[in-house]
Amino acid sequence: MTGSVKYAFYPGCVSRGACPELYSATIEVCARLGIELETKGMQSASCTGAGVLQEKNRRLGDTLNARNFALAERTGLPLMTICSTCQGVMAQANDRLTKDPDYLKSINADLAPEGLEYKGTANPKHLLWILLEEVGLNRVRARVTRPLKGLKIAPFYGCYIVRPSSVLGYQEHPERSDALEQVIQVVGAEVADFPGKTACCGFPILTINEKASMKMVSNHTLSAKDAGATAMVTPCPLCHLNLDGYQPTAAAQARKPIDLSILHLPQLIGLAMGIDAKALGLNKHIMSTQKLVSQVAVAQ
Amino acid sequence: MEVTLNVRRYDPDSAKPAPYYQEYDLEIDETHTVLDGLIKVREEVDGTLALRCSCRSAVCGSCAMRVNGHAVLACKTKVRDLLHRGSTKLTVEPAGNMPIIKDLVVEFNVFWDKIRAVEPWLQPQGVPPQQEYIAPNEDMLHLAGVMACIMCGACVSDCTVLEVDKHFLGPAALAKAYRFVADPRDDAEKSRLGKLVQYGGVWDCTRCMQCVQVCPKGVDPMGRIMALRDRAIENGYHNSNGARHAETFARSIKHSGTLDELRLPIGTFGIWNVKEMLKLIPLGLKAQMRGKRPPIFHKAIPGAENVRRIFEKVESKR
Ligand code: SF4
Ligand code: SF4
Ligand code: FES
Repeated sequence: MTGSVKYAFYPGCVSRGACPELYSATIEVCARLGIELETKGMQSASCTGAGVLQEKNRRLGDTLNARNFALAERTGLPLMTICSTCQGVMAQANDRLTKDPDYLKSINADLAPEGLEYKGTANPKHLLWILLEEVGLNRVRARVTRPLKGLKIAPFYGCYIVRPSSVLGYQEHPERSDALEQVIQVVGAEVADFPGKTACCGFPILTINEKASMKMVSNHTLSAKDAGATAMVTPCPLCHLNLDGYQPTAAAQARKPIDLSILHLPQLIGLAMGIDAKALGLNKHIMSTQKLVSQVAVAQ
Repeated sequence: MEVTLNVRRYDPDSAKPAPYYQEYDLEIDETHTVLDGLIKVREEVDGTLALRCSCRSAVCGSCAMRVNGHAVLACKTKVRDLLHRGSTKLTVEPAGNMPIIKDLVVEFNVFWDKIRAVEPWLQPQGVPPQQEYIAPNEDMLHLAGVMACIMCGACVSDCTVLEVDKHFLGPAALAKAYRFVADPRDDAEKSRLGKLVQYGGVWDCTRCMQCVQVCPKGVDPMGRIMALRDRAIENGYHNSNGARHAETFARSIKHSGTLDELRLPIGTFGIWNVKEMLKLIPLGLKAQMRGKRPPIFHKAIPGAENVRRIFEKVESKR
């Protein structure tokens, strides 16, 4: 790929709420990779429902997603997300909307009062997949000025970007199954492989069964550390909330220190591009990233 | 085709019982399944390998095990389909979340106890009908999807909540519970749901979709669990953290178009649940110090009235 690419940017609720550092890191990294982001036309996009709304009323979720897709179509640009959960919920909704024309028609009737119609052309893609399939990892490699040599990074995907694989294009794009590992290697780090990388972070049951949720956090972070991880990277801000924000609680419950820095995907790439740690919001995490940042600086 | 099966072995009768991995190099046909490979090992290479199988055609549900980390029916899974990028090795392990008896054979009591716990039989009330009960066709067609379950335990093997909380009823039993709750001939819906909203029931599922992904019969256990949640709320069971979470979530989107993360925990626990609210404070404070806390005044998206209109319209259709 040469030149710049442009996307209708769907940041999702969490990057505008509890994880603002994901938003700013995305802006920084995309600017350097020649990824232009259209935000204006997407301002009135709503939440995808995150699967929670869908459990109450699937049609309602599908209508809201169809509305967001229609807004993206109006910008004439492909749709980019930075959240595994948004990715999954959008892909599931899009699958239902595009395989049944009658259903789409009836949903569109509810969008009509706003002057919107979803034509079925949106193909929502996570930044992770865009890097792989459209920008190309070679371009990322070319922008790396500070290879993360000596770091061992554990990938953590988040359920919704992995399952159900039937609606997430894994058949046509088998390379998606180790997308994070590929990015980790491109930025010069080593992969810390561990069995929990495609498991659940526990966030959805945080307020329902906190003990179980915390056990998931400690299981994953500790087994990543056993695999030699210096840090973990995730394309899902909800996973980040649990793995980072609740790591102290999880460590207390497990009666073991954990101390594992958890990075958002663009933060990892940004670090390797030499972007300032503060600009990437690395100071905004609950688990300190200081050691990691100084390790990167020392390696220079 | 040459393959290596890397099999997790465990023999409780050995001098020092401990699991280990053993590799078997095989020459197999392109069309062969993992089960074909394992049977070949047992018959031609190593007669001590223990595994369960019967029908060899994805009907009996005996041969669920983990291949490359995920639960599959060994008889329904072609070796060729799991060899990626020139690899010639498959790792075969017993199903998860159940105690191992020997090698690939696990103890299924855990599975059956949970199925029994949801009382998997019809509980009609009132005078028995004179003739057979004629159930509406579409109801039964809908239920056929759940009744397709062959009790293989693949979903239970890979359920992420069962891994950390043995108390959880799990995907197979909850799908079975749905099968009776949604059966038009059953009259115990309300009392069944009353039990299912307790700890270990429908609200403990993380929606991780492992069960949906691995089920060889398209039962969609998670979808059934979500349907049970919805029915529980409809039946008046609002008083659980899970129900409050779902309702607060929907309210937030309805009013502002996006999620109000600050209000979500308050709505979930109830503002009067002092203990839980206090627990939130340390994280909240830390988050604030680092500039991470969600905005106190949640801003609505431009055009939020359109989202509200959609809510009213779609909700009225139900
Ligand atoms: S979706 Fe729920 S029931 Fe299914 S595997 Fe995940 S936690 Fe278990
Ligand atoms: S729901 Fe599917 S995976 Fe679970 S026991 Fe039944 S057939 Fe097996
Ligand atoms: S042997 Fe019967 S399901 Fe596999």
